[in-house]
Amino acid sequence: MGDALAIVLGLICCLGLAIVGGIILMYNGLITLRGRAENAWSQIDVQLRRRYDLIPNLVETVKGYAKHESQTLEAVIAARNTAMNASTVGEQAVAENALTQTLRSLFALSEAYPDLKANQNFLALQEELSGTESMIARSRQFYNDCTMDYNNKIQMFPHSILANMFHFTEREFFKIDEPEARGPVHVSFS
Amino acid sequence: MYEAIRRNKWRSFLLVFFLTLFLLVVGYVFGHAIGKGEAGGIGGLGIAGILAIVMALVSYYGSDRIVLAISSAREVTREEQPRLYYAVESLSLAAGIPPPRAFIIEDSAPNAFATGRDPEHGVICVTTGLLDKLDKLELEGVIAHELAHIRNRDVMFMSMVVVMVGVIALLSDLAMRYFFWGGGRRRGRGDSGGQAGAIILVAALLLAVLAPVIAGLIRMAISRKRELLADAEAAKITRYPKGLADALRKLEYDTEPLEAANKATAHMYIVNPLKDLGGFVNGLYSTHPPIAERVNALMAM
Repeated sequence: MGDALAIVLGLICCLGLAIVGGIILMYNGLITLRGRAENAWSQIDVQLRRRYDLIPNLVETVKGYAKHESQTLEAVIAARNTAMNASTVGEQAVAENALTQTLRSLFALSEAYPDLKANQNFLALQEELSGTESMIARSRQFYNDCTMDYNNKIQMFPHSILANMFHFTEREFFKIDEPEARGPVHVSFS
Repeated sequence: MYEAIRRNKWRSFLLVFFLTLFLLVVGYVFGHAIGKGEAGGIGGLGIAGILAIVMALVSYYGSDRIVLAISSAREVTREEQPRLYYAVESLSLAAGIPPPRAFIIEDSAPNAFATGRDPEHGVICVTTGLLDKLDKLELEGVIAHELAHIRNRDVMFMSMVVVMVGVIALLSDLAMRYFFWGGGRRRGRGDSGGQAGAIILVAALLLAVLAPVIAGLIRMAISRKRELLADAEAAKITRYPKGLADALRKLEYDTEPLEAANKATAHMYIVNPLKDLGGFVNGLYSTHPPIAERVNALMAM
């Protein structure tokens, strides 16, 4: 009789330990995934800052060759400052899109200045900016990947119970609003 | 492509499981056939096992330096190779690993490989021919394939497999020696277990001959699964499977052999750099799946 009781109590203890251990593992897993998504988000900012830092150099270089284009140059600077001072995620997305547009028109007008196009400094800056653009796009892609892993996990049973208890909420995906930015840019030579 | 990633992970895990099981079976059968009390034999096996592990550790920690040296590769900067630099930097952001160091081999044969024991020590090496012959999307496909190898720690994974294959080969070799030189002595002592003992002895003899071949075949199969896994993950990293598919086709049609590669390093490249394929062993004994199979898998994503 005493033996049977001991065995049952032992089994209950083991079960309890297993459940507590499982909860701890799941909780830590959720923390890891959430941290990864947060880190991915801050990586986007690192890349955006690279672009902000390159723009004054670019504007200075272009000024030397294309004095009459001050309107476009001012637009680029204004767009950069708006993007840097944006306070919400939505505002920033809009401002970044505007900045990309003004940069595109800046590079389009450079076509009219052969001297500018031959300038080594300008070419290097152009290369670096387009490289930075792709790094921004890739860091956003990684943020979305991490966000998907995290969002899927907190909706899955049994993680969903823990997520509700400890207020793990879904993160928002980074969306690109302008439809033309989704596909590759088409250049026509006609 | 998520399905392809999951499937290839699972299959390579299964193969490693089989290989481990096979190693245990081989060890058990030989141990049984040779019999208890052979302390010398078991000690020998222990020494062989330790040797294999030490050799594996040396290749694990030093392989990147050794491989880069014999391939005469040199490190490049952003100023020198902006295309390569930005492809590596931006794709490692998408892959979520620290950017690996970029190396270059001066050779017009297009090819690439990755090495390094973990993502913090990653190295990507491409030939100048690869940079000349591929466009941006194709180059990104190749770089993403190599980044996937680094992220999956395939250098570590494959050295583990090589150690197991090596231990199986050593065990078989020792067993063969025992049957030739030690078998008579044991029969003389008269402690053989009758019919069951005889069956195990025959099984052990057969295994001693076949085990190294079987282990080698499993190793090649694992390697092929890891290649398909890296292809599928590259598609996820670039979000453009066609880029890698186009690159693989281009690399296949390029007939120029890579001079910096040899038989010891050939398995590391994205496609076979020796261009000496042919013969019936090609299918079972190659480290990479046929290009057509890889292209089809990518185009189906």
